[in-house]
Amino acid sequence: MTVLTTARPAPPSTAHIALARVGVELRLFARERQQVVFSFAYPVVMMVVFGSVLGGDVLPGGVPFPQYFLAGIAATGIMLTSFQAVGTAIADEREAGQLERLQLLGTPPAAYFAGKAGQVLVTTAAQLALLLPVARYGYDVPLPVDLGHWLTFLWVAALGALAGTVLGIAVSALPGSASSLTTSISAFAIVLQFFSGVFFAFPELPGWMQQVAAVFPLKWLTQGMRSAFLPEQAGAFEIAGGWEHGRTALVLVAWVIIGVMVCVRTFRWRRADG
Amino acid sequence: MTTTEAAPLPTTTGGLTPAVEVRGLRKSYGGKAVLDGLDLEVRRGECFALLGPNGAGKTTTIEVLEGVRRRDAGEVAVLGEDPATAGRAWRARIGVVSQGEGAGQALSVRETLDHFARYTSTPRPTAELLAAVGLEEKADTRVGRLSGGQRRRLAVALGVQGRPELVFLDEPTTGMDPVARRQFWQLVRDLRAGGTTVLLTTHYLDEAAELADRVGVIAGGRLVEVAPPAELGAALRREATVRWREDGGWRAVPTETPAAVLRDLLAASPHGEVPGLTVTRPDLEDVYLQLVGTPGGEPR
Repeated sequence: MTVLTTARPAPPSTAHIALARVGVELRLFARERQQVVFSFAYPVVMMVVFGSVLGGDVLPGGVPFPQYFLAGIAATGIMLTSFQAVGTAIADEREAGQLERLQLLGTPPAAYFAGKAGQVLVTTAAQLALLLPVARYGYDVPLPVDLGHWLTFLWVAALGALAGTVLGIAVSALPGSASSLTTSISAFAIVLQFFSGVFFAFPELPGWMQQVAAVFPLKWLTQGMRSAFLPEQAGAFEIAGGWEHGRTALVLVAWVIIGVMVCVRTFRWRRADG
Repeated sequence: MTTTEAAPLPTTTGGLTPAVEVRGLRKSYGGKAVLDGLDLEVRRGECFALLGPNGAGKTTTIEVLEGVRRRDAGEVAVLGEDPATAGRAWRARIGVVSQGEGAGQALSVRETLDHFARYTSTPRPTAELLAAVGLEEKADTRVGRLSGGQRRRLAVALGVQGRPELVFLDEPTTGMDPVARRQFWQLVRDLRAGGTTVLLTTHYLDEAAELADRVGVIAGGRLVEVAPPAELGAALRREATVRWREDGGWRAVPTETPAAVLRDLLAASPHGEVPGLTVTRPDLEDVYLQLVGTPGGEPR
């Protein structure tokens, strides 16, 4: 091939295009007012609603409800900015023909995925930066107590966001129009939230629900968040009797790695291929 | 292949192989053959128009050549490589003016061009592109607020941004008003002048006649004729029709020797006029309609 292309420098690297993608994704996100408001307000509104209604309840282990719930709402917020936002956006971009242009330019799929992941990490950080002060100052929820707990919070949030991104890319390969896909994604996310113990104490859910939830990242993301926000002794009330950090990391990393491999194979730039 | 004598060489690379070489291309959808053994050759530096009615297989052909659609059978070489397996270095050498929008409706024209400049190692400067497609005044307008014609112009700018050797234009002027069409034609001529090979599809005869060095008429999934626009359907054009009124009805005689028919006709009526007498030759449109097999029909 070099014989034919001597007059032309090699195309820009995947990393170079990925950086350009992160920039343009963030710019587009910021200009989509509805999406910005929804992504940032949803967790805060949930915190306010549930905190106000159930603020006096105490869960097993003596944990006040708002404290338990902050872990769940942080996790569900991450799922919103990663899984839901990415799945929906890709379906829309495909329908508008934007992905077709990327394909014709020879964009490596990995660069496109990386652009999504970068945008998700930034918007997730902004969302959490807004949610935590509301919980702290509105509902007296203690923030992670020391550096170790903050680090736990960070790696769980980052891995959760990446796993959600990968899952979002994966579902965007399903057939159907952008609007039908958006509906399916929302429905799946709502069900998964209930199964994963976002709204209830996870150990109180039926066993089969717990088992289904354990397959998906949200349950592990929520549990990891609890380990960052709840007091150490509350870990005894988890199903496994502890926080299971090792397993949490394993499941989330597995989702990212296997997910990327699946996405590279199933990803479609166009609506249908003949 | 020994057909590149007259073609100007592209500026970036030389090469004596044709820009596009297709042999026996086949593609069916759900058992229905859209391309049924299509042969095609586009020379370096020429503008080739693929002309045909909707559904004739123009877009499918272009998509196979762009490497975004699989073929069922046939040999295809675009700039010397098989599009089905060619890599990014090959893709950098072709440009596509597609129907899809840019990077997003919320980006301005300038932002869109600046963004996509980062995907190529040989971008034309954004200011130059804006001037070339006449979008300077719209540079800071968001893509979502452009008119249809302005979007097409942005698509053209994106298609040629990486200085391609070969540009695909799939029905580029559909939906454009006459002024925009003429501006667009000038753009294509400018590209040609720079040595770029252009392959365009169209169902407008005047567009093919205006722009193309050679026209390939596609019908039923095959190329039925390839010729410079003025010579298209030479055999059909030789045939004239002599028409006149006789016994209250029209008589029409198709003939390659109209003078002989006229002599006989005049000899048979020595005293008077021949009512309604005309001799006509088919124009480009008649020829085209005959070639694509819809005699008397309107091109759709």
